[in-house]
Order: sequence, then C-alpha cells, then structure tokens
Amino acid sequence: MPGPIFVLAEHRMGELRDITFEMLTKGHELAQQVGSELTALLLGHGVDGMAEELTKWADRVLYVEDERLKDFNADAYQAVLASLIEERKPVLTMIGHTAYGVDLAPSLAVQLGLPLATDCIDLCFEDGRLCVVRQMYGGKVNVRGRLKEASSYLATVRQAAFKPGGYGPLNGSIERVESPLKEEPPGRKFIELVTPPPGEVDITAADVIVSIGRGIKDKENIPMIEELARLLGGVVACSRPIVDKGWLPKERQVGSSGRTVKPKLYLAIGISGAFQHVVGMKDSELIIAINKDPKAPIFRFSDYGVVDDLFKVVPELIKQLREIKGET
Amino acid sequence: MDVIVCVKHVPDTAEAEVRIRPDGKDIEKEDLPFVINEWDEYAVEEAILIKERLGGTVVAITVGPPEAEATLRRCLAKGADMAIRVWDDALEGSDGYVVARVLANTIRAKGLSYDLILTGAQAADDGYAVVGPMLAEMLGIPHASLVKEERIEDGRIVVRRELEGGLEEVVELKLPALLTIQTGINEPRYVSIRGIRMARKKPLEVLGLSDIGMSPDEVGPAGSWLEVEEMFVPPAERVAEILPGSPAEEASKLIEVLKARGLV
Repeated sequence: MPGPIFVLAEHRMGELRDITFEMLTKGHELAQQVGSELTALLLGHGVDGMAEELTKWADRVLYVEDERLKDFNADAYQAVLASLIEERKPVLTMIGHTAYGVDLAPSLAVQLGLPLATDCIDLCFEDGRLCVVRQMYGGKVNVRGRLKEASSYLATVRQAAFKPGGYGPLNGSIERVESPLKEEPPGRKFIELVTPPPGEVDITAADVIVSIGRGIKDKENIPMIEELARLLGGVVACSRPIVDKGWLPKERQVGSSGRTVKPKLYLAIGISGAFQHVVGMKDSELIIAINKDPKAPIFRFSDYGVVDDLFKVVPELIKQLREIKGET
Repeated sequence: MDVIVCVKHVPDTAEAEVRIRPDGKDIEKEDLPFVINEWDEYAVEEAILIKERLGGTVVAITVGPPEAEATLRRCLAKGADMAIRVWDDALEGSDGYVVARVLANTIRAKGLSYDLILTGAQAADDGYAVVGPMLAEMLGIPHASLVKEERIEDGRIVVRRELEGGLEEVVELKLPALLTIQTGINEPRYVSIRGIRMARKKPLEVLGLSDIGMSPDEVGPAGSWLEVEEMFVPPAERVAEILPGSPAEEASKLIEVLKARGLV
C-alpha cells in the first residue's frame, strides 16, 4: 500500500478553517485513486474537539498536542511536519495556500528536499507523479504541470478550489503523536493576533456593491463611482490596489485578505479579477463587470459584461439613472 | 543595517490582453511592457526606508537577462547602493526553487553581509510565492511572509503579517532574517531625475553561473521541480453575456438587466 495522503488541518481562534475540509475532500478522492489512507494532521493545544470533528473526514487523525503549537508558528509547524513526513512517508502532503501555508510550505520543501507545487487548483497522480493545475499571470492563464519524480510530494492548495463534502463520514481513528518539538523555535516567536477595527461601512451587509479596481486610475475618479453607488442604493467597495494606494479604507476591500460579500448585485468596474479578489465576491447573486480588456478574468465570473472604457460607460449609467429617478 | 533586496523583472499583464504561445508553454511576451514586480517595488521601498532610518547599505539582486537591468537601475535610482544581476541562458524557464538556489549561492559566493533580506511576497507572473521562505531556509535564517509593517529593535525585528479577512498577526524574528513584503506596506517613491543621474555611478555587477559555483544542468527546466506541460485559457464559472453597442447603449442595456431583477 502506498504511503498516506496527508492534509494539514488549518485552524485559527478555535475553529477549523474551510480550506481544511476542501483539501480533505480532494485528498479523499486522491486517496481512493491511489489506494492509500487519508490522514489529517492536527497540530495544536487543547483542540480535542477538532480531532473529533476530523475523524468524520479522514481515515486517521494524527494529533500532535503541544502547548508550543497553541498559535501558528511556521518554524514549529515545520519541525513537526518534517518529522511526521520523514517517519510516515506520505505520497503527498497538502497544505493550504493561505497566509499560514505560504509561510510554511516553501521552507519545509527545502528542508526535506521534496518537490513543491504551490497555489494548486487541481491535483492528480499520473504514473506515480504528481500533476497539478495552477494559474499564472494574475489568473489570465491556467498551467498544467507535473512535478519532478519523487517518493513524496508537497502541494499548497488554493482556497475555495474544491467544494467540501460529498463523502463519509469516515469514522477515522485518532492517533495521538508525541510532539517531536525539542525546544521553542529559536528564531521566531508568535506575539499576538490583531483583529481589524470595525469600519464605518459594513460592505458585507449591502445589497448592492459597486466595486472598483486598478482601472479607476486616479483617486479623483472615485466621486463618480460614489454617485453611481448612490443612484443604485449601494455602497462602494474595491479590490486590493485601491487600498494599497490609500484611496479607500481597508474595510472596503473585497477578497481573501479583505471581506467576503454576497450582495444581490456586484458591479465590478475596472477590476481585472485576480483570484485574491474573486474569491471574495464570486457567490454574489448577480455579477456585472465593466472592463476594456475582453479577456479580463473577471468576465469568467460574471453574468453580464460590458467591454468598454469605464470612463465612457459610467457617466452614461449615471445620466440614465438620474433620468429614471427624475433627477435631471 | 545592511539589507539585501531581491527583485524580479516581469511582464506587465495587469491590463494587457494575454496570448498563449503556439507551443503552449508560455505566453507571448514580445509586445508586453516589462516592469519591476509590483511586490518587489514595495520591498525596495521598505529597504530604502530602513536605510534612511538606521543607516547601512542596500544591495539589489535580480536573476534575469540583460533587459532586467532596467529594474536594477530603478532600484539604484531610488537609493540602493549596489546591484547584482545573475544570468545564463540556461536559467530560462527556471521555477522558484531554482531562483532561490541561485540567490542563495550568489549571496554566499559574493560574501555579502546582511542583517535583513527582503523579497516580494510573490511574483506577478508565476505567482509561486516561494522564493523568500526557500531562500531563508537555504541560508538558515528565520523568515516571515506577507509583511505589512516592521519595527527593528535590539537584534530583533517585530513584524505584522497579513492573514485572511482583515486579520493580522504580530511575530518577532531574530536578526538576520528574511521578510516577504506585501503590497501596501508603504508608498513607493517616484524615481527622481537626480536619482537616475546618481544611479549611473553606482556599481552594477553581472555574474554568470560559474561565478556562483553552479552548472547549467542544475538550473532551468532541468533543475526545476515543476515542469510546465501546457497553458490554456481558464474555464468560465459563469458565462457572461456581453452587452453590445455604444457606451449609451451598453448603459441602457445594463439598466434593463437591473430593472428586470428589480434592482432599479
């Protein structure tokens, strides 16, 4: 029997994160395909409830209980994972392509000398080699690639790439593993989590969101968008570059590092649609995009599209909406 | 505080139409403008801010062909003291693992001293997000990725990392250390005319593989972990109906859609 498929359970503030179940679902499919055992790795302190929950999703839960694993620390995680991988020889170890995973997986791969593919949106085995699909150029192209031949692979998996569930419960067993950590990691210390201050506007509560990206070009063009949002009874939100430039506050940012929204209408203006943005809005009821690039990724997530210059279309929208509302 | 900043010269595809090459292995790059990787622009700014605050030097390194010197000149014009470009045609098609190895070997071969190494959190072209942490592991120093704020004190650096959903975490690293920088950490300065003039007098060294003790068969596709088989256009999650016409017609059709849904 080939070695197990490892899935690193990611948790924060007492909760298993969605990526864990997404990876377990894909991991279950791969384990069936290659005939191996699906193993969830749970590193933490006093998280027995999570271990219990994971037994529904995996054949085995390796539970490493250690006070030094109470909070995420890439160095501590790396030491524990390296030890488990060397001892149990999994065919594949899946880690979330998250703020935790990107901090951990590359250095782990170097330490173990095992090939790593990052930000995967699909994975399979072909002749014992790991094949993956991932994106390049800001989501404008997909790449099918295969990893160099090895006995064990590492992969980080994009969030929301797989729909969790559709199998089990598996009633797996919990195996408590003695922590291989010898000491506190010498080079890195976790200090604290910082929660964002409550914003003035809660974009997650809005029915209509008019969202802007890089294409807006200048801060001076934002009042035009605010006017459009007013006419539609909505709020203005944005993609990452707008917050980076300081044109709108962080609480208006939609995407993986900002808010996730599901309004009745999401009007994306001048947003190309990098995955980090799309993941925060793709479940909106109606998505309409205005972008001059017909191949902008945002159109692949939209119900309607306008391929044109936003500086021509938005003033027209404002004019016509004002007429409808009798504001002229 | 001596800082090394690793930068990449990348095609700017943010607002460009991307076409896949006939062989399916990459995109057509001939007509695309090349720029400094967006994340690296913030890393360079942070390096210069640290130098302005605490003194020391900034060395910029890139792995790239002669054209990539435009990106190094930009770093020098902004305030870096020295630049190094490493290249060999065999490096074409290298993945992040090979690039990290080349950088580690360059730092060792040149005997560069450093208290801090900065990289962008990811590259805009391949999006691997691996070079920084891999380089740290190769050099045996601690790292933190996705950094949005840093403070240096008594041989330590305290950083804020960006997590998901607006959450951040504070971690402390012992120096020397490596940080991967997230966009928005600072406001990258513009390149001044005076900076460009001064940059001409600053050293820009060009190294080949033999200078850093590497051979062509350990780089490029041969040394990489990931082999690109084929590129293709991503499938659509929703099929967008494109509303045609002049801007006025497009706007009125869009409003019709909203009316039909009771949104106007």
